[in-house]
Amino acid sequence: MNVPEDLLYTKEHEWIKIDEKLATIGITDYAQHSLGDITFVQLPEAGADINKSAVLATVESVKAASDVYAPLTGKMTKINQDIVDSPELVNQSPYEKAWFVIIQVKDFAEKESLLNPSDYKKYLDELAK
Amino acid sequence: MKLIYEKSVISRKGFKLPQPDVPRRGSIDSKYARRQAPCLPEVSELDVVRHYTNLSRMNFSVDNNFYPLGSCTMKYNPKFAEKIAGMEGFSDLHPLMPQLLGGGRLSQGALEVIYNTEKLLCEITGMEAFTMQPLAGAHGELTGIMLIAAYHKSKGRRRKHVIVPDSSHGTNPASAAIAGYDVVVVKTDKAGCMDMEKFKDALNEDTAAVMLTCPNTLGIFNTRIKEITDLAHSVDALVYYDGANLNAIMGKCRPGDIGFDVVHLNLHKTFATPHGGGGPGAGPVGVSESLVEFLPISRVMKRPAGALYLDYNNSKSIGYIAPFYGNFGVILKAYAYILFLGREGLIEASEYAVLNANYCLARLREYYDVSYDRRCMHECVLSAQRQAKKGVRALDIAKYLIDQGFHPPTIYFPLIVKEAMMIEPTETESKETLDEFIDAMIAAAGLAQADPQRLMDAPLTMPIKRLDETKAARDLDLCWKPDFIKTS
Amino acid sequence: MSYIPHTKKQTEQMLETIGASSIEELFSDIGPSLRPKSFNIPSGISESQIVCYMNELASKNTIDLKSFLGAGFYDHYIPAAVDALANRSEFYTAYTPYQPECSQGWLQAIYEYQTAICQLTGLDAANASLYDGGTAIYEAAMMAIRVTGRNKIIMDSGLNMIYRTMLYTYTSNLNIEFVETPVVHGQSCREEIYKHLDDKTAAVIVQNPNFFGAVDNHSDIVDKAHSFGALAIMSVYPVSLGLLQSPGEMGVDIATGEGQSLGIPLSFGGPYLGFMACKQSLVRKMPGRIVGATVDKDGKRGFVLTLQAREQHIRRERATSNICSNEALCALRASIYLSLLGKAGISELAKLNYDKAEYAKDCLGKIPGVQVKRSSPTFNEFTILINKNADVVVEKMIDKGFAPGFPLGRFYKGMNNYLLVAVTEKKTKNDIDQFAHALEKVL
Repeated sequence: MNVPEDLLYTKEHEWIKIDEKLATIGITDYAQHSLGDITFVQLPEAGADINKSAVLATVESVKAASDVYAPLTGKMTKINQDIVDSPELVNQSPYEKAWFVIIQVKDFAEKESLLNPSDYKKYLDELAK
Repeated sequence: MKLIYEKSVISRKGFKLPQPDVPRRGSIDSKYARRQAPCLPEVSELDVVRHYTNLSRMNFSVDNNFYPLGSCTMKYNPKFAEKIAGMEGFSDLHPLMPQLLGGGRLSQGALEVIYNTEKLLCEITGMEAFTMQPLAGAHGELTGIMLIAAYHKSKGRRRKHVIVPDSSHGTNPASAAIAGYDVVVVKTDKAGCMDMEKFKDALNEDTAAVMLTCPNTLGIFNTRIKEITDLAHSVDALVYYDGANLNAIMGKCRPGDIGFDVVHLNLHKTFATPHGGGGPGAGPVGVSESLVEFLPISRVMKRPAGALYLDYNNSKSIGYIAPFYGNFGVILKAYAYILFLGREGLIEASEYAVLNANYCLARLREYYDVSYDRRCMHECVLSAQRQAKKGVRALDIAKYLIDQGFHPPTIYFPLIVKEAMMIEPTETESKETLDEFIDAMIAAAGLAQADPQRLMDAPLTMPIKRLDETKAARDLDLCWKPDFIKTS
Repeated sequence: MSYIPHTKKQTEQMLETIGASSIEELFSDIGPSLRPKSFNIPSGISESQIVCYMNELASKNTIDLKSFLGAGFYDHYIPAAVDALANRSEFYTAYTPYQPECSQGWLQAIYEYQTAICQLTGLDAANASLYDGGTAIYEAAMMAIRVTGRNKIIMDSGLNMIYRTMLYTYTSNLNIEFVETPVVHGQSCREEIYKHLDDKTAAVIVQNPNFFGAVDNHSDIVDKAHSFGALAIMSVYPVSLGLLQSPGEMGVDIATGEGQSLGIPLSFGGPYLGFMACKQSLVRKMPGRIVGATVDKDGKRGFVLTLQAREQHIRRERATSNICSNEALCALRASIYLSLLGKAGISELAKLNYDKAEYAKDCLGKIPGVQVKRSSPTFNEFTILINKNADVVVEKMIDKGFAPGFPLGRFYKGMNNYLLVAVTEKKTKNDIDQFAHALEKVL
């Protein structure tokens, strides 16, 4: 499983890239792998506010449907229409082309609850058992 | 095979309508009239008959193949039941007849079917009263949860959640959710039953109900079931019985006797009405004394003199959950089946259902993983985890079985078993059929070791090979469209 | 014998393989305290005895009245080919086509059914069936609530009373606001609907023809609803769509209805057929099974259940609906029926129904004491006002061999003298004349 070193993670298999006040969010390689071929992505409206742990997006595959949860509270400034038009991008490029949303973060203290790459890798190892 | 639409020839007609014997009117005012005629097929009756006859021959069905779908009870559908449902006195009866003044006496036969079936189901399940209205099992579940909600409301309280085990059928949490409840899921323990300690933790004064099936979806009967129902009752939470697995226990145990407050049955499972390619079914709901007053209206009642009538007088009823009295055509077949089997036949059905499933389990446990080292009831759950190490999954084994002429067992359910294969042979299958199936399963296990690709390529003998399901979900094509729309 | 083929010897062999000494041992988990308190079911009887008994029961139902009873469920002629084909056991003893390779027959049949419903309603996508027209309306309302995120529903009282009651029953535990608007001169009262339409409204629900038989063009209401971001839902009578403007043509978002009139017997209330069709943009929010076309490994066209991620077996408590079993066999009947009738046939059938009903209106209108409601056009069902209590008139007409229609006082306060009369292609001119004659005598 690919786990890039420059990102942060959650136990719900989201990745977060922090760049000053903005956080880009997507789902991990592990997530896209377990869902199978992604057939549909539902994203929220740009400009909406979202709270930590609320449902940010829904991802559907042939055999499963999964919710993506907001790892941080903030305002959604951008959504990635590309993954709505071509859901297969989530399988092909989960960390680059298939980002979901960009959030303007409200409370950076929430960052403390996110996992660093080695903790996330450990978590994946535990799941594999 | 071509679609019936693709066989159309412009202006060809299929069916001759009677000539008008009344004056022809001008069309309805254009404001209300249809602008573009629907593009329905333009084919002859022979075209229609050939088309659908050929389509029918592209299906596996109980009448063609062994169909051990776990949780579905694909037993033989008696033909005399079909004959009865076709009797004009039943099929041509308008449902509003008994609601007309003087119409009750014109529908006594139909009312008697409903009334008698209710009484028989009460005795089979140990419940106080039944409603035949729910039109399918899931519909029955929703009805049952609504009855439970009405019960709590009458006590002046609004409870918050319903408890289900993680092995439950998907309709259980779905029904609870759409009835407005949160769902609390309790894990299954190592012995294959709902974890008692975790259950006790989840149970509190906010619990509206606990939804269970017994035996559960792993085919295991929980010997502590009475403890569970007692615990639920101690906080006045009600206990719901999903009757999908009733085929295991007829005459051996009755949900009403062991503390269940609400029960739904699947007439298209236990009571042999045909599955119809996905429906129609019927999901009648039985209740204990404390819930009778909330049953949907109308109810069929009997006057002292013996005449049957529809009773609409119930202010506490939850209302109508079906337009009329239920799927009458299905109820009729179940009634006939119960009369035919009778006491001994019902008991025998469960006995041989359990015998058949255990036989399959005993012969197959050497070749497949079994999550719980014990006997089963009317269905057993195997796992293809051993085969998965060679890259062969439950799906591949299922597709191979199709080539051998067997409908596969249920796969990937219950969710708590990896690479699950749930086998429910039912009592109407002979030892010879089971042996043929078991031999095919053993062959599949052998191929998984020796020639896994053979399984992963299957099926090879059907009209089509494995389908691109991803494409089906991404590039939605859900109906035929005429060319003039296609080109625009 | 209860269809159990096992011989004594085979039973013994099987028990030996299992390692049990008796069948009863296999039930050892069910301890004595869990055994039935009673099991007093009568002993089984033979097939011939049951058929004889059922014949008796069937004959206790009167079906030879000349029936003008409709109210949402109609006595149309069912071609023999529908029974012959739908009664093939390869269709009716199959299960849900979850394994597509061995169910292409069923899957293609459902795809064709979905096509027929789309063509009739003029909408883009249909599902594989719901239980009946009432649960279909409920599912449509819930869909609108999910899509818009709002919880107010405006319902025209022309929507079948039974369906409105069902909708209230299903939603009693949920936080939904219902507003019922009246029918004026038979048709939907725009003024009242617009008064309540706002940005909290999830949907407006209408029926065409409505319960009183009145036909309307709801395009204006649909447009107004859309201007507030609300959806338009319409419950329709499928045979009428051979003549009347389709929901698609009116801009409706979700069309539902009762498919019983498409080759399904009246059968005392069921099984029936709920159909649903919607605009393309709403497809992923639609409940029920859906069949889609795709290709196999070799590029050959095949059909498969698709969008299953919406359904209960995957989504569980987040599912769009809890529906599992549906009315597949009834959908098959409808598809066969519509294939037989075909493009020309459905228009001809609708016209025949319309003409006969117009003739009946004229005949009945001539009777002193009968006032035919003509404030709006009708299809094959219409309302008459009589000078006596409709219940009593119905009882007397039954004695004369007629089921004259449905007394509206049963569902609507203050309408005790109103009768809802339906006329299908099965009624001959003679039947209608005799009906009018008998009614005149009774009044």
